[in-house]
Amino acid sequence: MNLGKLSVDARTIVLGLGAAAMLGLAGCGKKEEAVRIGHAGPLTGPQSHLGKDNENGVRLALDEANAAGVMIGGRKVTFALQSEDDQADPKQGAIVAQKLVDAKVAGVIGHMNSGTTIPASKLYSDAGIPQLSPSATAVTYTHQGFNTAFRVIANDAQQGKVLGEYAVGKLGAKTVAIIDDRSAYGQGLADEFEKAAKAAGAQVVTREFTGIDKTDFNAILTSIKGKNPDLIFYGGMDVQAGPMLKQIKNLGITSKYLAGDGVQNAELLKLAGDAGEGAYASSPGLPLDQMPGGKGFAEKYKAKYNLEIQIYAPYAYDAANVVLAAMKKADSADPAKYLPVLKTITYQGVTGNITFDENGDVKGGSISLYQVKDGKWKYLETVGG
Amino acid sequence: MEIFSQQILNGLVLGSVYALVALGYTMVYGILGLINFAHGEVVMVGALTALSVSNALLVATPGLPAPVILLVAVLVAMIACMLLGFSIERIAYRPLRRAPRLAPLITAIGVSILLQTIAMLIWGRQYHTVPALIPPTPHTVAGATITDVGIAIIAVSAVIMLGLLLLVHFTKLGRAMRATAENQLVSGLMGVDVNRIISATFVIGSALAAVAGVLVSANYGIAHYYMGFTLGLKAFTAAVLGGIGNLGGAMLGGVLLGLIESLGAGYIGHLTDLCQFESLRQASLELARNCTGSAEVPLFGSNYQDVFAFLVLITVLVFRPTGLLGERVSERA
Repeated sequence: MNLGKLSVDARTIVLGLGAAAMLGLAGCGKKEEAVRIGHAGPLTGPQSHLGKDNENGVRLALDEANAAGVMIGGRKVTFALQSEDDQADPKQGAIVAQKLVDAKVAGVIGHMNSGTTIPASKLYSDAGIPQLSPSATAVTYTHQGFNTAFRVIANDAQQGKVLGEYAVGKLGAKTVAIIDDRSAYGQGLADEFEKAAKAAGAQVVTREFTGIDKTDFNAILTSIKGKNPDLIFYGGMDVQAGPMLKQIKNLGITSKYLAGDGVQNAELLKLAGDAGEGAYASSPGLPLDQMPGGKGFAEKYKAKYNLEIQIYAPYAYDAANVVLAAMKKADSADPAKYLPVLKTITYQGVTGNITFDENGDVKGGSISLYQVKDGKWKYLETVGG
Repeated sequence: MEIFSQQILNGLVLGSVYALVALGYTMVYGILGLINFAHGEVVMVGALTALSVSNALLVATPGLPAPVILLVAVLVAMIACMLLGFSIERIAYRPLRRAPRLAPLITAIGVSILLQTIAMLIWGRQYHTVPALIPPTPHTVAGATITDVGIAIIAVSAVIMLGLLLLVHFTKLGRAMRATAENQLVSGLMGVDVNRIISATFVIGSALAAVAGVLVSANYGIAHYYMGFTLGLKAFTAAVLGGIGNLGGAMLGGVLLGLIESLGAGYIGHLTDLCQFESLRQASLELARNCTGSAEVPLFGSNYQDVFAFLVLITVLVFRPTGLLGERVSERA
C-alpha cells in the first residue's frame, strides 16, 4: 500500500458515494397539482433519530391539513412533503437545499442543525422561498439579512446567557470547564455560555472539544479532572452527553454538569442511565406538558408513529402549521404572496404563541431549566419570555 | 502523575478496541489484498445482534445470571457475524476476485452502505442503551480508574491476538492461509482449497468483529446502526499504521493510535498553552487579560486530536510506506 494509491482510492470513494446519493435521490416521488412543502434534516447518520423526529412533526401537520381539506385561491389543494437528507453535513445541506429550490417547493421546514441551516438559508433566500427552522438556534441564521429566514425556537444568545447566569448565580460555579462538539450549534452555545459565565464572575479553566461522531471522551475528561472545575458545561447533543456522563462517573469526577437543549430529552435519560442523575439542562420554551397544546400533540404523535417525541417535533409541527396558516391567510401558496403575511402572522401553536420579530426570530422566547432526578427530567424554572 | 497514568490507561483501552477491529482488516488484506470496508459494519451487526439477544433473554428469563446471558449473546452474535462474513465474501467479493482491484473496493463500500441501511431498517434510527451485564465498577490502578469492561477489552484483545498468531503459525489452516497469502495460484496447485481458506479468513475475522462489537457497545453503553463507520475508519488507520497485512502490526498500530489520540487530546492544549510564554503575554494585551489564574489559552485545542493521529500516520508512511511492521511478508495471514 502506498500513498498515491490511497489518495486515488479516497477520490474514487467520494465519487462513488456521490453517484450513489444521486441515484437514491432520483427516485423521489412526483405528484402533480399539489403544494410541495420541503423538509430537510439528518435522516441518516448519528443524528438521524432527531432528523426523523422533525420530519414526523411536519408530516403530521401536513396529513392533518390534507385530511381537513384546505381551500386556497378557490381550489382544493393537497400538501405533499418532500423530505431530504442533509446528513447534518453543511455541504450536503447546501446540496439538498438546491434540490428543494429546483423542485420549486412553496416553503421549507428545516434544517435541523444550525450548521446546515445557515449555508442553506442563502439558497432559499435567493429563490425567495420562506424557510422556518424548528431547531436551529445559532444566532447567525436569522442575522444574515435574509428576509426568508425564520425560526420558531429561542436562539443561542438567549439560551447561552440564561445558562451562564444560572451556572454562576444558582449553581454557585466559580470555575467552569467548557466542552463543545464543534458544530455551529454546540460551538455557538458554548461561546454564548462562556461570555455570560465570565460576565457573571466565573473563571473558565479550560475549553475542550469533541465531535458529533465521537463516543470516547476519556482523554478530555481526564484533562478536565486535573483542573477540578465546579461545573462542566457541554454544548452539544444527547448522543455525546449520554456516554460522556457515564465516563464522568467512571472517572470519579464530581463537578456539576450543565448542557443545552440538545441534551434535554428522553434519549439522554436512556443513554446516561444512573450516570445522568443530577445533570442540568435547559430547553427553549416551556416543557411539553406545559405547552398550550403539548399533551394533545404528544398523544397524536404517539398514535401515528408509535414512537416517543425526541425534542423538536412539536416545533417542526408548529413551523409547518405557521406556513399553512400564512398560505390560507394570503389565499395563495406562492411564496412571494404569502411571505409578507408570514412576517406579521400571529399563530397559536402547540409550543406557544408564535410571532416573528424583524429578524425572523420568534418573539419572547423563554428558556426552561431542568435537572435529572430519579431517572426523570424534573422541571426547575422558566426564565424570560 | 495520576492524570498521566489515567491517560495511558484510556489510550490502552481505546487502542485495544482499534486493534481488535484492525485484525479483521489486516487478515483479509493479507490474503486478498482487499480492503474490506464492510468490516466496520460487521462490528455494528455484532453489537446490535448481541444487544437484541440479551434484551430478549432479560425479558424471557428474568432469573438468568448475567454472565450466562452475556455468553449466549456473544455466541449468537458471533454466529450471525460469521454467516454474514461468509455471505459477504461469497456474494460480493468472490465473483470479482480476478477483476481490477478498484472493483472489489467499490463493492466493499457498497456492501458497507447496504449493511448500514439494512441495520437502520431492522434496529431503527434511535440509539440503543446496552444493558449493563458487566457492572461498570471502577477499579483503581496506579491512581487511575478503569472499569471491568475496560479490563475485559484489554484482556480479550491480548488473548485473541495470541490465539490468532498461534493459529496462523502452528496449525494446518494457518499454514494454508499463509500459503494462500503468498500465492493463490501456486497454493491451489499444491492442493490447498483456496476458496475454503478465504472463506475461513472472512469467518474468523467476522467472529472477532462480533466480539469487538459487544465490547465496544458495553464500554460506551450505546449501540447504533452508524457506530461501525467511524470505528472501521479508525481501525483501518491503525492497520495501515502498523503495516496492513501483518497481525502484530494491527495490534501495535491499534494500541499506538489509541495512545496517540488519548495523549494528544489530553495534552495538546497544555503543551501549546500560550500563557506559559512570558514574552507573548507582554506582547499581546488580549492574551495577558485572558491568562488569569490557572486559565490556559491553547494554540491548538483538543479539536486537533484527529489531526494529531493522522499526522503520525502520514509521517510513518512517508518514512516506512509499508507501515511499522509491514515488511515481514512471511508473517502475513
